[in-house]
Amino acid sequence: MTSQVSSEAGEALVGEQRSAPATPHHGTEKEVRRLDRVIIRFAGDSGDGMQLTGDRFTSETASFGNDLSTLPNFPAEIRAPAGTLPGVSSFQLHFADHDILTPGDAPNVLVAMNPAALKANIGDVPRGGEIIVNTDEFAKRAMAKVGYATSPLEDGSLDGYRVHPVPLTTLTLEALKEFGLSRKEAERSKNMFALGLLSWMYHRPTEGTETFLRQKFAKKPEIAEANVAAFRAGWNFGETTEDFAVSYEVAPATRAFPTGTYRNISGNLALSYGLVAAARQADLPLYLGSYPITPASDILHELSKHKNFGVRTFQAEDEIAGIGAALGAAFGGSLAVTTTSGPGVALKSETIGLAVSLELPLLIVDIQRGGPSTGLPTKTEQADLLQAMYGRNGEAPVPVVAPRTPADCFDAALDAARIALTYRTPVFLLSDGYLANGSEPWRVPDVEELPDLRTLFATGPNHTLADGTEVFWPYKRDPETLARPWAVPGTPGLEHRIGGIEKQDGTGNISYDPANHEFMVRTRQAKIDGIEVPDIEVDDPDGAGTLVLGWGSTYGPITAAVRRIRREGGPIAQAHLRHLNPFPKNLGEVLKRYEKVVIPEMNLGQLATLVRAKYLVDARSHTQVNGMPFKAEQLAAALKEVIDA
Amino acid sequence: MPESRSDSLLHLVPKAEAEQSMKDFKSDQEVRWCPGCGDYAVLAAVQGFMPELGLAKENIVFVSGIGCSSRFPYYMNTYGMHSIHGRAPAIATGLATSRRDLSVWVVTGDGDALSIGGNHLIHALRRNVNLKILLFNNRIYGLTKGQYSPTSEVGKITKSTPMGSLDAPFNPVSLALGAEASFVARTVDSDRKHLTEVLRQASEHNGTALVEIYQNCNIFNDGAFEVLKDKDQAKEAVIRLTHGQPIRFGAENEKGVVRDPATGDLQVVTVTPENESRILVHDAHAATPTTAFALSRLADPDTLHQTPIGVFRSVDRPVYDTLMADQLETAVERHGKGDLGQLLAGNDTWTVVG
Repeated sequence: MTSQVSSEAGEALVGEQRSAPATPHHGTEKEVRRLDRVIIRFAGDSGDGMQLTGDRFTSETASFGNDLSTLPNFPAEIRAPAGTLPGVSSFQLHFADHDILTPGDAPNVLVAMNPAALKANIGDVPRGGEIIVNTDEFAKRAMAKVGYATSPLEDGSLDGYRVHPVPLTTLTLEALKEFGLSRKEAERSKNMFALGLLSWMYHRPTEGTETFLRQKFAKKPEIAEANVAAFRAGWNFGETTEDFAVSYEVAPATRAFPTGTYRNISGNLALSYGLVAAARQADLPLYLGSYPITPASDILHELSKHKNFGVRTFQAEDEIAGIGAALGAAFGGSLAVTTTSGPGVALKSETIGLAVSLELPLLIVDIQRGGPSTGLPTKTEQADLLQAMYGRNGEAPVPVVAPRTPADCFDAALDAARIALTYRTPVFLLSDGYLANGSEPWRVPDVEELPDLRTLFATGPNHTLADGTEVFWPYKRDPETLARPWAVPGTPGLEHRIGGIEKQDGTGNISYDPANHEFMVRTRQAKIDGIEVPDIEVDDPDGAGTLVLGWGSTYGPITAAVRRIRREGGPIAQAHLRHLNPFPKNLGEVLKRYEKVVIPEMNLGQLATLVRAKYLVDARSHTQVNGMPFKAEQLAAALKEVIDA
Repeated sequence: MPESRSDSLLHLVPKAEAEQSMKDFKSDQEVRWCPGCGDYAVLAAVQGFMPELGLAKENIVFVSGIGCSSRFPYYMNTYGMHSIHGRAPAIATGLATSRRDLSVWVVTGDGDALSIGGNHLIHALRRNVNLKILLFNNRIYGLTKGQYSPTSEVGKITKSTPMGSLDAPFNPVSLALGAEASFVARTVDSDRKHLTEVLRQASEHNGTALVEIYQNCNIFNDGAFEVLKDKDQAKEAVIRLTHGQPIRFGAENEKGVVRDPATGDLQVVTVTPENESRILVHDAHAATPTTAFALSRLADPDTLHQTPIGVFRSVDRPVYDTLMADQLETAVERHGKGDLGQLLAGNDTWTVVG
């Protein structure tokens, strides 16, 4: 019986036997089984190239047309001590012939490049799962380093699994012996051998990886060819070795996707593209002021590549200067952005308050990670919601927008820009480490379909004094949006001064008048409260009594858990928030429709706190703060408990 | 085409269409510094100098931080931003690098620039962003009512240091030179002519110009610079630096600065026919900042005797904003103007047909 999970309910579906499709190397015909989904985890040392291996397998899988979802998981150290548990880096990929929502709870296949990788990951592999181990690394010392007194490959502790012992290092060296590389150099290609083997097992296309390797090592053609050779050797090893008797097919997810052109995209890339697109749609230059911080730096890297779009990226001396420069650029008429993670937001708080006071458009992108303080830089969390909502002195309301999937980061960026430009306000875009590094297929939008974000700069006087003089008042608001005019330097006749001291309504002059301050505080709040956001949609086909409400990156696991519950006949309603401030106008009414409301979050209940305070609803909180996304099965069990309670 | 370094970046800023007067630069706001504050003199000097610069006033922006001097932008009838404590150089950097058609000025004080905002100041200087930074140094915290500042002399008795301050002060000119500044000058609030001449040179400079202005706080640190202002004392205390001129001072111009051949350091000597040829000729454009730094160390930090004023250093160095703009142009030359559709699709797509 195969261990490979097929249907989501967990029972295995054995496909009909078919002959293998044409491959570069025709060998003896082996059994081919069809599966509807597979979860693979590559695990090795942080120097073993597991992220690259996972990325390549993902690209192959994407171009094959499967739906997919990925979960990279790596230590904060660049090169943690070799062979240790903290140094293990892994990449999990879930792919299917239907639409899927998460990177999967438990891997069906674990590729363990060394004893540490086995030890760190074996707990997640269900009994019966397949494990491919690099036996070359299982020397006594390496095993002792992670606490294996006896070899797990020999002592029977892996009896419940289907273990494929493969001397990956030896085989790689053997395959590359003609290349005249040093042992160290040749060994580095063992990840490509593993990739080749897995590519054979799952009938992945190979051209993309070969092209990729030749491009990546264009300056070192011998290294490129060695990697290609290792990759092919891995494929051939699968094809010819009896140990691998079966290969698997996962058909393209044709029915899961609407018609269109697709690509694979990670959250940070989608967010970067969303910013470039927003600037184009607003017809404004994009300006990023940023300071490197995990897991947000990739946005700085990405945007710095697109100078031919007029994108200016400024790597500042610190987080404060990053947002300061962005605010300066906003004053000058750019679509201004700062990107950071939680600790950076803390440093930027005062400038965000200034932006609230100046009422200038500004995007603050927070790729949340585990906190407090430095916390878990490479792990995910949603614990900056209250910081985004309230982490400033004084009454300083800021809209908050949260993407729900990696690809959704594109649309969320456009939406955040719409709010910032329309209402002349700083806006928080709350992504997280899971969305940032995870990836999924994305239907590439037609540029013509993108929203029009153009806004008007002030060009002349907007107020007439009692004596008939025409003047410009920087704080005279649009009666609809309550936004103030955006008068950029260089506009004659509109010279004005703005600042962080309380301003007189209309004129913007310094004012310490108590009644004026009260009016301005309430007006700034009213402006944010009045931001137009779409109503929240509820998915409730069965008229359930329990509503699960989420926000941000928990969308995938929550939806997967809801599907499980419904498959078993349990009714449950689901709603997911993109706008955390202001909330959709219908949220209160939606919440009151349900007997029970449960809110899963990767924090200690921050949305639940907001919802309980605002709507006086007895929302239950289900929380997890282990640096990892929810697992669908565990979440389903927790939701079921609420339903049954 | 990337500009050559020697072109003045002022040509990027539109000129005023009509002749301007000082009045054009006065805003309608009542000036609210303490009566007798040195800030009034600086404001008048700046407002008086602006018409000479002749730029369209809508293309001039004053950005400030927090402190007494940081109220400055409210009184200038240009664009302005009164920001938060210490951050003006960062905010101005974003404005200047995104809008090269603006003349961007930063107004700051010794606490704002050297204490809470020290980091932004040194990084603006090393980047050589096209900013003109006016650092009002009164050696005291005025707006918070009289605590010692990072330029106060050691042992300063203030409300927060009743037994005397403990920390050694910064010398702003030395600090700026150490931070790779391409233009560093010092002047005095009460010397309108000298202040204006320094502003003139600063405004013509490509890149960051740091102008330290000794400014009297008549409430909390009155007379801090009296020795430099009192006609008789000043002759002995002030060393006026003029590019290309021998560095001499004193009531009878009898003193001069020479280099000690043994140590390379500078020292003050009484000029004699024998040593006259050794008197240092000031070179603000020297390739290295070594001599400028040595000049910045001549003054006695306690008595302020032998305080050089004028332009210490003014050199051409690549300007950050120009380099940034050049990269954008180069990117378009190399890859063509960005095509959003192409960017979004990338190189690795597949098609799903219904």
